[in-house]
Amino acid sequence: MMEIGLNHYLVLSTILFAIGLVGVMKRKNLLLLFFATEILLNAVNIAFAAISHYYGDLTGQMFAFFVIAIAASEVAVGLGLLIVWYKRHGNIDLDAMTSMKG
Amino acid sequence: MFEAIAFYLFAFLTIAMFYITVTTKHALYALTALAAGMIFISAFFFILGADFLGVVQIIVYTGAVMALYAFGMMFFDTTREVKEKQGNKAIIVGLSTLAAVLIVLIVSAPMISDNIVALYPAIDGVGNIQEIGLVLFTKYLIPFEVAAIMLLVAMVAGIVLAGKKMDISLTLMDAEEIKANEEKNKKVLS
Repeated sequence: MMEIGLNHYLVLSTILFAIGLVGVMKRKNLLLLFFATEILLNAVNIAFAAISHYYGDLTGQMFAFFVIAIAASEVAVGLGLLIVWYKRHGNIDLDAMTSMKG
Repeated sequence: MFEAIAFYLFAFLTIAMFYITVTTKHALYALTALAAGMIFISAFFFILGADFLGVVQIIVYTGAVMALYAFGMMFFDTTREVKEKQGNKAIIVGLSTLAAVLIVLIVSAPMISDNIVALYPAIDGVGNIQEIGLVLFTKYLIPFEVAAIMLLVAMVAGIVLAGKKMDISLTLMDAEEIKANEEKNKKVLS
């Protein structure tokens, strides 16, 4: 109980990942969907850092860095697209994005 | 002892913050809760001895990503309550728990069978930041450069996408001009 091991971190990472997935499935607003994606990425980062620590290997931390870099560029491009969409249609709800509906 | 206290405290705080993020109806609350959760996550990195990762988490996530979201939200109507999907709650929770457990199983399968060998073992006598530098600029140099180019491309894409019609300043125009401009935009965009 008092000794924090790798399993503790993996369980925490699972819980956070589950919260993020609930957010992805529950949200309609695209901005809040982005927030849920950030939660997913962060949950994975915790698992990477924990595994890296408990196995004395730096590869996990390296992957966490690249995940952070990818998240940053995803936000830049995604927010740009979102702003363009909002300027044209006045909302960012997923329900309104049915222009490809058959 | 202190590690355990810190772990449980920050685990509780992080889960609470992210729970608020996915359940609240106000986008602004979601943003602030997410920013707080990011800071609390960096505490785990410090506990785990990944100092550099913790600092990067605070600077990049809370400093850059959250600030970008905050500026982006000024474009959107965030005071309005967010609509939710009316789905079956049990299915949503069940599916996400299943998927999360599956991912942890996939990640931990090689560890359970003791199949992991440390490729880049931690070096004695140097700090975490030095270790990171040694590995990043030898083995992971190419991915590092590619990530730099990717960030540049993302920056250009963000400027191009968000910066359309930035030459028009609404504060310098009078009411009729703005109205005429809006009419013109509607015709062009629709």
